[in-house]
Amino acid sequence: MGANDQGVIGQPVRRKEDHRFLIGAGQYTDDVNVHGQTYACFLRSPHAHAVIKSIDTAKAKAAPGVVAIFTGADLTGVNGLPCGWLITGTDGKPMNEPPHPVLAQGKVRHVGDQLAIVIAETAVQAKDAAELIDVDYEVLPAVVNCVDALKPGAPQIHEQAPGNKCYTWALGDKAAVDAAFAKAAHVSKLDIVNNRLIPNAIEPRAALASYSRSDDSYTLYVASQNPHVERLLMTAFVLGLPESKVRVIAPDVGGGFGSKIYLYAEETAMVWASKQVNRPIKWAAERSESFLTDAHGRDHVSHVELAMDKDGRFLALRVDTVANMGAYLSTFSTCIPTILYATLLAGQYTTPAIHCEVTASFTNTAPVDAYRGAGRPEATFVVERIVHQAAVDMKMAQDEIRRRNFIHDFPYATPVALTYDTGDYDATLDGAMKTADVAGFAARKAESAKRGMLRGLGYASYIEACGLAPSNIAGALGARAGLFEAGQVRVNPTGSVTVFTGSHSHGQGHETTFAQVVAGRLGIDIENVEVVHGDTGRIPFGMGTYGSRSLSVGGTAIVKALDKVIAKGKKIAAHLLEAAEGDIEFKDGKFTVAGTDRSKAFAEISLAAYVPHNYPLDKLEPGLDETAFYDPTNFTYPAGTHICEVEIDPETGVVKVASFTACDDFGNIINPMIVDGQVHGGVTQGIGQALLENCVYDPESGQLLTGSYMDYAMPRADDVPSFKVETRVTPCTHNPLGAKGCGEAGAIGAPAAMMNAVHDALAEVGVTRIDMPASPHRVWQAIQSARA
Amino acid sequence: MSIPLSLTVNGKAVSATVDERTLLVELLRNHLNLTGTHIGCDTAQCGACTVQVDGRAVKACNVLAAQMDGAAVVTIEGLAAADGTLHPMQAAFKECHGLQCGFCTTGMVMSAIDLVARHPNADEQTIREELEGNLCRCTGYHNIVRAVATGAAAMAKQGG
Repeated sequence: MGANDQGVIGQPVRRKEDHRFLIGAGQYTDDVNVHGQTYACFLRSPHAHAVIKSIDTAKAKAAPGVVAIFTGADLTGVNGLPCGWLITGTDGKPMNEPPHPVLAQGKVRHVGDQLAIVIAETAVQAKDAAELIDVDYEVLPAVVNCVDALKPGAPQIHEQAPGNKCYTWALGDKAAVDAAFAKAAHVSKLDIVNNRLIPNAIEPRAALASYSRSDDSYTLYVASQNPHVERLLMTAFVLGLPESKVRVIAPDVGGGFGSKIYLYAEETAMVWASKQVNRPIKWAAERSESFLTDAHGRDHVSHVELAMDKDGRFLALRVDTVANMGAYLSTFSTCIPTILYATLLAGQYTTPAIHCEVTASFTNTAPVDAYRGAGRPEATFVVERIVHQAAVDMKMAQDEIRRRNFIHDFPYATPVALTYDTGDYDATLDGAMKTADVAGFAARKAESAKRGMLRGLGYASYIEACGLAPSNIAGALGARAGLFEAGQVRVNPTGSVTVFTGSHSHGQGHETTFAQVVAGRLGIDIENVEVVHGDTGRIPFGMGTYGSRSLSVGGTAIVKALDKVIAKGKKIAAHLLEAAEGDIEFKDGKFTVAGTDRSKAFAEISLAAYVPHNYPLDKLEPGLDETAFYDPTNFTYPAGTHICEVEIDPETGVVKVASFTACDDFGNIINPMIVDGQVHGGVTQGIGQALLENCVYDPESGQLLTGSYMDYAMPRADDVPSFKVETRVTPCTHNPLGAKGCGEAGAIGAPAAMMNAVHDALAEVGVTRIDMPASPHRVWQAIQSARA
Repeated sequence: MSIPLSLTVNGKAVSATVDERTLLVELLRNHLNLTGTHIGCDTAQCGACTVQVDGRAVKACNVLAAQMDGAAVVTIEGLAAADGTLHPMQAAFKECHGLQCGFCTTGMVMSAIDLVARHPNADEQTIREELEGNLCRCTGYHNIVRAVATGAAAMAKQGG
């Protein structure tokens, strides 16, 4: 199929955006420079918890090149950073929502908390001056563990959050769950820690803020996944500016994984300060700052119990979770361990009764928020670890216990508030088992044993809820923002098309995938489609990219706009062809009078729209430029099975990933090459969580012990194998693309598949529990303890 | 203290006067506006700043500009032919979808070229071990490894 017909949809089209990246012409925020720019450095707390007795900036202000220094005391009229999701607790009260100051007010609450912005002529001068600021701290005891923070006598972090509690929240029918447990033939139980992660997009956060005296407006370049949300939160909630006076540009962004969704203090302070100094201000985080201040991910401690009948049918699931919020509530922090977590606890199974209670606590650590998967990896880990354990307890095969409990009838309403529209869980389990050669596992295990190695196989049959989501339902659940997406299709006079999308691409390849959608639907060459994103000055109000929503929500908005373009094109064609509008068909880039060979090419219609000499001006406006806002009617439900095979050296504790297979159902696929790439990356982050990555704070001092790439183990090329990935398709039933989303699946399924494999391998030496990451040290120790 | 420097960058003679603390990556990005070389970590761990110095891959965040007097530096901007034809390694990264956000990519390509120079027939394991010094958070390395192998084959063909 050629690139200029509908066949472009579903093809592995090479990416349009790649050329600029490959020649070094990408424009990331730190690559942008403006005349007269100054540089910012943020003074950060070296203590996890301390009262600020005084800040003396006099010496620093006199240092060479310093333009200005501002502390929290200077930020009059500036509010704190808002939290975008209100959780109402089981007590019926709103969550405790302490202030989140842009620059510290009176107290610092985690190492890296920002106290002052130093603005100087050069970055080095700003850094030098920051070192001259004299802060007198009264250091307080700190608490970093989310369970410890809730204990009596724990250091109190916010006066507005007694006992360091943000909320206790619950979902599900507790009475039904208790009743089911009372009649269960068997109950499997596990204690689970979902380890804390640091996102580590390779591009550190960066910003460049400018103020224009000519029209009292601001321009902010920022490494963000959602520039309109950034602008809305900053203007309406913090700075009190009209949105019309602030333009936010998120140019090329070097990865986000959730960490660049949020409104951060740094760019907010810079926008405010740019007017004070009347100079542009530039800042790029050093990696150490990224470790200390990017919103972290996960950090749950859970107890889970699964009740079964004598045949291994699930009767009820009971989950208690404590979630770490960090020192302050980041933008979407509160909905991650609740709305995006507990709702996923049905997994792929017909478990009729589920109850989950979640307590969120404050600690002296960086804020925690969505990181690739956001709540759904945590839910999958709980469900798939307990299902693995249940199979072990019931002496059933891992695939058998899953099949016996799979949902088969759709739509399916879970007991935790979601309705799955479609899926075929047997198909993805079968596919994964075949590709992973499960049949040959016993022979491979025997071969490993000959070499003194332990071999294990682990499954994860995950589900996720993506395409966030119906705004009204989200609103009822506490969202303080809409969750639609916007798309604009501007047909230019000569027939090329510029697409403006509210979605933001920071690696996902939207410039290609969305162009494929447009080229395919309009029957034009993909080279004639340009996708524009990431600039509030150019695109319609959009919600940006997170939660694997770009194609299913953002893509659908574009499709809806395309529908309007085609509908208008038919009116124009009917006029030009002197036919009834109802007789015009649009196919393969041509408007044709049905049953005749009379037609007009797409470019003829666009030209007529902009040069309306022969045009029904009495009935139709000129131009061909349509916008649509799309608010989905349901979440989408990507699902699949991941199977991991590991080999463990009991002498060293080293876990080697022998193979990793993913069989996923993402609905219809526009570009399989890009989809596979998303899975590869997600799986690697999942393997990273399971084997390597761990954010560790010192429990006494609250210092971040894993604050560099020497201490925080990122997956490197030789830590992972090549992956076997494939897809099955049940199209999403409620969006015209039939797309479900693919960005997070790898990170959702992989940790559970990995750790089930590790537990499977270690079972034969008597190890029953090992927490992530299954580092050589931990594995070796667990083996030694089991042998002792 | 200011230090005068003369070197070649992408084949062109360059003179600059830099502060003694200036790193090579800062010279490239801030003085010469060659922003294709990226800063990902400042500790020589991520490899996003990899360039060639006198034919060898070097992490530009870990050498001082002052050390570069007389050196021949090649950055990502200097790889493609004058007519815009991509270097075979650049082309292979596109063909194999070896990049997503693009931030690590330029350093990854520079490392890959160095890798192939030292190991023209590298197998998958060698490629993986040799890429240890370059972090990618997007691709899971799967397609980068394919790209390096594909690029190596194309470089061999071009060389022969």
